[in-house]
Amino acid sequence: MAPDAGSARDIDWDGVRLHIVTGKGGTGKTTVAAALALALASEGRRVLLAEVEGRQGISQSFDVTPLALTETRVAHAAHGGEVFGLSVDPKAALLEYLQMYYKLGRAGGVLEKFGAIDFATTIAPGVRDVLLTGKVYEAVRRRRDHRAKGPGAAPAYDAVVLDAPPTGRVVRFLNVNHEVADLARVGPIRSQANSITAMLKSPQTVVHLVTLLEEMPVQETVDTIAELRAVGMPIGGVVVNQVREEILTLNVLEAASRNAISREDVAADLTRVHLRATDALLDGLLAEARDHAERVALERDEAEVIAGLGRPTYRLPSMSEGVDTNGIREMAETLMAQGMA
Amino acid sequence: MVPLLDIDTLIGDPQTRIIVCCGAGGVGKTTTAAALGLRAAESGRRVVVLTIDPARRLAQSLGLITLDNTPRPVKDVDDTRGGSLDAMMLDMKRTFDEVVEAHATADKAEQILANPFYQAVSSSFAGTQEYMAMEKLGQLRLEADRDPEHPRWDLIVVDTPPSRSALDFLDAPKRLGSFLDGRFIRLLAAPAKAGGRAYLKVFSAGVNIVTKTLTKVLGGQMLSDVQTFVAALDTMFGGFRKRADHTYALLSDRTTMFIVVAAPERDALREASYFVDRLDEEQMPLAGLVVNRMYRVSAPGLSAARALGAAEQLGDQARDTSSGMSSSGVSERTAITQGLLRMHAVQAEIAARHESLARSFIAGHPDIPIVKVPAASGDIHDLVGLRAVGDALAGR
Repeated sequence: MAPDAGSARDIDWDGVRLHIVTGKGGTGKTTVAAALALALASEGRRVLLAEVEGRQGISQSFDVTPLALTETRVAHAAHGGEVFGLSVDPKAALLEYLQMYYKLGRAGGVLEKFGAIDFATTIAPGVRDVLLTGKVYEAVRRRRDHRAKGPGAAPAYDAVVLDAPPTGRVVRFLNVNHEVADLARVGPIRSQANSITAMLKSPQTVVHLVTLLEEMPVQETVDTIAELRAVGMPIGGVVVNQVREEILTLNVLEAASRNAISREDVAADLTRVHLRATDALLDGLLAEARDHAERVALERDEAEVIAGLGRPTYRLPSMSEGVDTNGIREMAETLMAQGMA
Repeated sequence: MVPLLDIDTLIGDPQTRIIVCCGAGGVGKTTTAAALGLRAAESGRRVVVLTIDPARRLAQSLGLITLDNTPRPVKDVDDTRGGSLDAMMLDMKRTFDEVVEAHATADKAEQILANPFYQAVSSSFAGTQEYMAMEKLGQLRLEADRDPEHPRWDLIVVDTPPSRSALDFLDAPKRLGSFLDGRFIRLLAAPAKAGGRAYLKVFSAGVNIVTKTLTKVLGGQMLSDVQTFVAALDTMFGGFRKRADHTYALLSDRTTMFIVVAAPERDALREASYFVDRLDEEQMPLAGLVVNRMYRVSAPGLSAARALGAAEQLGDQARDTSSGMSSSGVSERTAITQGLLRMHAVQAEIAARHESLARSFIAGHPDIPIVKVPAASGDIHDLVGLRAVGDALAGR
């Protein structure tokens, strides 16, 4: 039953089947989700990485052709592990759902003709989110052998990673089934919505937050954790992305912020290595050091705020060349080394 | 030669009545919108800024503490040139309620506002925000034009919602329009309007299948809530539809200008690319692209490679001499210079990467005017900071 039976490593999210990854726009949540999926797939596991905003971030991350409507393998991991990608399409999810639960047959086509499908997937606010979360629910619950029943049946995926909407919208997105259940007081939609909500709020699910060491993303992380807590969603770890390597020592940073670095000494050193120690160069270097010291001080404040959240925290180094598929593999290694997967 | 986005000419032109800031999430749209609004106000325009979801401290600096869906004057704006700055934050439920109240009779409005389906749709569902941002823009424009002699505002700056895609904002009115014209809405409205299911019998078999399926999927009670909601809205559709069309027309008007905001990151620039192409397809007026957070070094004359080479050379020289050694083999003093050079190298590399990302966007869109805004070392949350962003936007 436990996919981790063969693993000797201690990981923070043992037993979690659904990892939801969110973060403010620009924090790199899509690449972190991809790295987490790869990390979870190591040691021969099957992991589904799902996106719900039609951005094709998965195919771009793994440098494969854009994902169609079916689940496609996008990467191999260590020891035969596999990552599958799915760009969840609300329309396909609705038709599949109707077919699966209502055996609609011809009615599906008629609904389409009458604009009901378009209405549900693009215009009716909220339905889209219900369908997207519903598809994720289906993937988490799916059995490898679809006839197998009961808790002992092997799941189709050992874990599902959801590249969720950004922090500004994620709580509304995840809680949509709760809203729907309020709206539909009885009936099949209600029971479906209730099952999705139950899974999302179970210990099988965690919501991880990706942030940078900047004020706004950290503030949104703090706010989102509070909102998630308020609706009873299980909170996972905080991934601090794009952490800069510290080049200057504390003493130098401190001297830089006080303007106490000796200009003459620096000029003499530069001259020794045949750089023209012009005023422009000296002023520039010292100004850069000052700005850098200011930024480091801000980052330190933000790191303290994150530490104050008391959540498991992972740090991913900044990649000066931008993130490609190899970069994602490196990130996956780092996350594994830190016990996230 | 890349054309420069000339912000001062744009905001100085009285023909510019609406500026829409759009782009991916996290690129600094709200800050850009606020900075533009402030700069325009201080140059003499009467400006209202509509923000959707500002960061808390930025909102506070604009005096947006109470969420009452009404523009409020921003304090401490320099009004010596006769301008003014109002700001508001969109409250989507309130905006929706106001639309209902404006278009339906009092009884009907009450009935709609009390409908559980309406309450859910108007307050908690994604997608409503885009519609309501458009609606609010239309309202602000009407309010601005109410007295043509003394317009309350002569420039509206809009920050777009943090959508799934920046394009959602553009698509919202069209989607609403096609829905209002569609067969499905008539089908939903039909039973309640005719006072019962009997009416449906005269429809085709297709309708029966649809209704049966909806009942099966939604349950009878929810379907009837939806139907009551749609039927109640029916009377105001004319007005609603007209407003959506009007707002869409406003967006293609030549007094409207779009500014696409991006950060020097692959994804944000890709989104900006989509948006630029889409605006072009729709023949909507694009003023240009703002690339925020461009990293710049203060000593641009020294390349990353040179700086690294010099740092290494300092280390080599230190090893060749024997005096004043610390544990790492270099003197404290030399360690400082080495640190400065290495730090410069890292920063110069980031700056070069940002420049190269901007260049590849330009290569794909050679005619789009661009302005690059340097990264600030801290976050922006007061008027002083916004003024500095405004200066940078204007290339000063």
